[in-house]
Amino acid sequence: MSAFLLARLKAARPQLALLILALLVNVIVAPGFLDLRLQDGRLFGGLVDILNRGAPVVLLAVGMAPVIATRGIDLSVGVIMAISGAVAAAGVNAGLAWPAAILASLATGLVCGLWNGLLVAVFRLQPIVATLILMVAGRGIAQLITEGRILTFTEPHLIAIAGSTLATLPLPVVLALAAAGLTGLLVRATALGLFVEAVGTNPRSSRLAGIHTNLVLGAVYVWSGLMAALAGLIAAADIKGADANNAGLWLELDAILAVVIGGTSLYGGRFSIGRSVLGALVLQAMRTAILRAGLPPELNLVLMALVVAAVLTQQSPAFRPLAQSLAGRLMARRKNKEAQA
Amino acid sequence: MAIPDNRVVVAARGLTRQYPGVKALDGVDLTLRAGEIHALLGENGAGKSTLINLLTGAQRRDGGTITVDGVEIDPDGPGGAVRAGIAAVYQEITLLPNLSVAQNLYLGREPTRWGLVHRARMNREGGALLRRFGLNIDASRPLSDFSTAVQQLIAIARAVDLSAKVLILDEPTASLDTAEVQTLFTLLRSLRDQGLAIVFVTHFLDQVYALTDRITVLRNGRLVGERLTADLPRLELVAMMLGKAPTAESHLSRRPASARPAGAPLVRAEGLGRRRLVGAFDAELRSGAVLGAAGLLGSGRTETALLLFGVETADEGQLVVDGKPVTLRSPRDAIRLGFGFCPEDRKLDGIVAGLSIRENIVLALQAKRGWWRRLSTAQQHELADRYIKLLDIRTPDAEKPIQLLSGGNQQKALLARWLATAPRLLILDEPTRGIDVGAHAEIVRLLEDLRDRGMALYVISSEIEEVAAYSDQVLVMRDRAPAGLLEGEAITPAAIVNAIAADHHGRGAA
Repeated sequence: MSAFLLARLKAARPQLALLILALLVNVIVAPGFLDLRLQDGRLFGGLVDILNRGAPVVLLAVGMAPVIATRGIDLSVGVIMAISGAVAAAGVNAGLAWPAAILASLATGLVCGLWNGLLVAVFRLQPIVATLILMVAGRGIAQLITEGRILTFTEPHLIAIAGSTLATLPLPVVLALAAAGLTGLLVRATALGLFVEAVGTNPRSSRLAGIHTNLVLGAVYVWSGLMAALAGLIAAADIKGADANNAGLWLELDAILAVVIGGTSLYGGRFSIGRSVLGALVLQAMRTAILRAGLPPELNLVLMALVVAAVLTQQSPAFRPLAQSLAGRLMARRKNKEAQA
Repeated sequence: MAIPDNRVVVAARGLTRQYPGVKALDGVDLTLRAGEIHALLGENGAGKSTLINLLTGAQRRDGGTITVDGVEIDPDGPGGAVRAGIAAVYQEITLLPNLSVAQNLYLGREPTRWGLVHRARMNREGGALLRRFGLNIDASRPLSDFSTAVQQLIAIARAVDLSAKVLILDEPTASLDTAEVQTLFTLLRSLRDQGLAIVFVTHFLDQVYALTDRITVLRNGRLVGERLTADLPRLELVAMMLGKAPTAESHLSRRPASARPAGAPLVRAEGLGRRRLVGAFDAELRSGAVLGAAGLLGSGRTETALLLFGVETADEGQLVVDGKPVTLRSPRDAIRLGFGFCPEDRKLDGIVAGLSIRENIVLALQAKRGWWRRLSTAQQHELADRYIKLLDIRTPDAEKPIQLLSGGNQQKALLARWLATAPRLLILDEPTRGIDVGAHAEIVRLLEDLRDRGMALYVISSEIEEVAAYSDQVLVMRDRAPAGLLEGEAITPAAIVNAIAADHHGRGAA
C-alpha cells in the first residue's frame, strides 16, 4: 500500500510543486498563514480556508477529469450548480423535507448529466457543443425556478451543508474529499478507469475490443452532473440562498483548468482524480494569495488566464519543436557572439 | 483505341520518396500520353497515393524527375502542379458543400467587376462550363443539393477548367452506382478524345478493361510494369498486382487435407450481406479449420469480417452459431459468442496507443468480464507476462506504451488480447501486413498452432501463397461479392489468382 502511495506521490510531483509554490506566496503575503488553531471543535487557519473555499471546484474537477479523459468536455457544470441550488431552495421553501430537497437537487444533477451524455454518446454531438446547450439554457432554467430572485432559505439542515463541522473540518471539505475518494475508488478499483482511458485514446479500437463505448461516454457525463449538483448544494448553503445568476458562474473554466493542471490532456487518455484535486487546490491557493496581498480581485482573472495559456501551450504538440528551435536559435546566436568576441 | 505513340505529356523518371524506415516509392517511372486513359494499379502500400502526391506537389520527391511537355517541373504545392497543367480529383470530394456550384468552380479565381465578385457572370459561365461536361444544372444552387456523382463531375469540370493537360482521378467510382459510373465514363472518354491525359486509379478490374488504354502496375513502392490494356490478360494483371506468377509452385508445403479431420461446424453465414457494403456470401467456420479469404483491395474481403464480427449489421441472410440463428448488432454480441477480431488497420482499429502493452492485452478480456469485475493488477501482470513469453513479444517489460513496439510485435500483442479471451473463432484481417519477414513466419506458425488446438480461424490475406498453404477452404471475393469457394486439393495459388481475375460473368480469365 505504501509503495502504491509513493508511486502516486511521485507522479504528482509537478502538481505538488505548484501547490507548494502557491502556498509559499501565501506565507509571504500573510505570515500567519500556516497557523492552525482548534476552536469549538473546528480547525481554523489559512490551509483550512483554502480547502473550504476550494471545495466546489474540487468537486467539479473530480467530475470533469473522467469527462476530459474521454476527449470530451463539460461546459455545463457551473450552470448545473445553479440549477441544483435553485431546486434545493425552491424545494424547502415549498415545504419539502430537507432530505427530499437534497435528493431532488442531486437527482436534477443526474438528469442534467444524462442529457449531456445522451447528446454526446447517442447523438454524437461534439461535447463542447452538446454541453454548451445546457450551459446556455441552464441559467434560464435556474432563473425560472427562482423566479429571477435570490431565493433565500432558513432550513437549518440545508444551511448546515456549508456551515457545520465534521471531524474538526468544515463539512464541504469532508464532502469534497469523500467524493474525490469515492470517485478514485470507482475508477481504479473497477475497470472503469481503464475503459475511460481506452475510449478517450482510441474509441474505434475500444469498441472492437468489446467496450460499451456509449455507456462509458454517457456515464462520465452523468457523474460530472452529480458532482456539480453537490457543488451547487454547497454553494447555495454557503450564502443561504440560491442565486441563479451567479452560482457557479465561470466555474466550469476553473474545473477544466484544474484537470489540465492535474496533467490530463485535452486530447483524452490518461487521467488522475488525485492530481485533478491538487490542480483545483492550486487555483484556490492562487486566488487566496491575490486577495490576501490586497491586490484587486480582477487581477485573479488575468493571472488565471496566464496560467491557462502557459499550461496549454506547454501541452500543445506544436510547442515542443517551436521551443526547441527557439532555444537552438538562441544558443546559435550566443555562440556567434562568443565567436565574434 | 489509343495509338501507342501518342504524344507524351508527362514523363516521370526514377521517382523516389523516402519515409522514416521505408521507401514508399523506389525509382518509379510513369509516362502519360495525350488522349489516353492510364490506369494506375496496385494493392495497399503499393505506392499509388505517394506517386499521385508527388505529381500534384502535395509531397516533395526525394529523387527522380518529372517533365511536362519536355519541361522539368518541381511542384512544391498543389498550386505549382496546377500551373504546370496537372490537376487531381480525389475519392472524397474536396469541394465546399456549403458554397454554390459556381462558387466552387471559380473558387480563388472569381470573375470580378469593380473589384467585387460578379456573381451573375460567375453563375452564367459556370452553367455554360458544366453544360460542356453534359451537366445541365443551375450553378447558383448550393453544391450540397447534388448527388455524389454530380459533385464528382463538378469537381472534374473545375479541375479540367483549371489545367487542361493532365487529370488524375483517385478512385472516382468508389461511391457511385452503375448508371453513375457510365455517365462518368462517357465524360472521361470525351475528355480523352479532346486530347487530355487521364490517370485513373481504381481497384475495379472490370472498369480498368472497360475504360483504360494503358496500365501501370506498382507493388511495394516499385514499378512492376507498363502495358497496353488490350495486350494484358486479366490473369496476368492480377499476377502482376499480387506479385505472383500464376503458374509457379508454392514454396510453402501444403498439408494434405485428410491429415486434419474436419471439426464441428461453429458458425455458418447463409447469404449474409449488407446493401452498399458487401453482397450475400456463404461461409462455414469449423473448429480446427481455417477459412481463408482472398481478393483484391476493395473486393469486399474486409467487409465479410465486419459482418461476421458485428461491426456492421447484416441486412440480408442469416448467421447461424451453434445451430441457432443470431443477429450481431455490435462487436460485443460477437465477443459474447466467443469471437475475436484482429482488424486490418492495426494503428487505427487495433492498438490503443498511449496505454501500456499490459493494458492493451487485458482490454478485451476485461471488457468481456464487465467493468465491475476488474482483473487485479497482479492478474493483469500475470496475463501480460504469460502472453509476452508465449508469443515472444520483444519488449523489456509489459509497462511500455504499445506504440513503441514494432509492427510484428504489435500484431502479436493484439493476438494476445484475443487469446486471453479464449475465443472459439478468431477473425484476422491481413495479420501479416507491414511486418518484417521473420515475424511474418512466426505469425503464420502461431495461426497454424491455434488451428491445431481446435480454434476456428477466418484469415483474410493478400498473401496468396500463405492463404493457399494453411486454408481448408478459400472464399474468393471480387467486386464486393463472392466469386468462388475453393476446397481441398483445388486450393492452389494459381486457382486463387484465377478466381480473383475472372470477369464478372464468372468465366475464368485464363
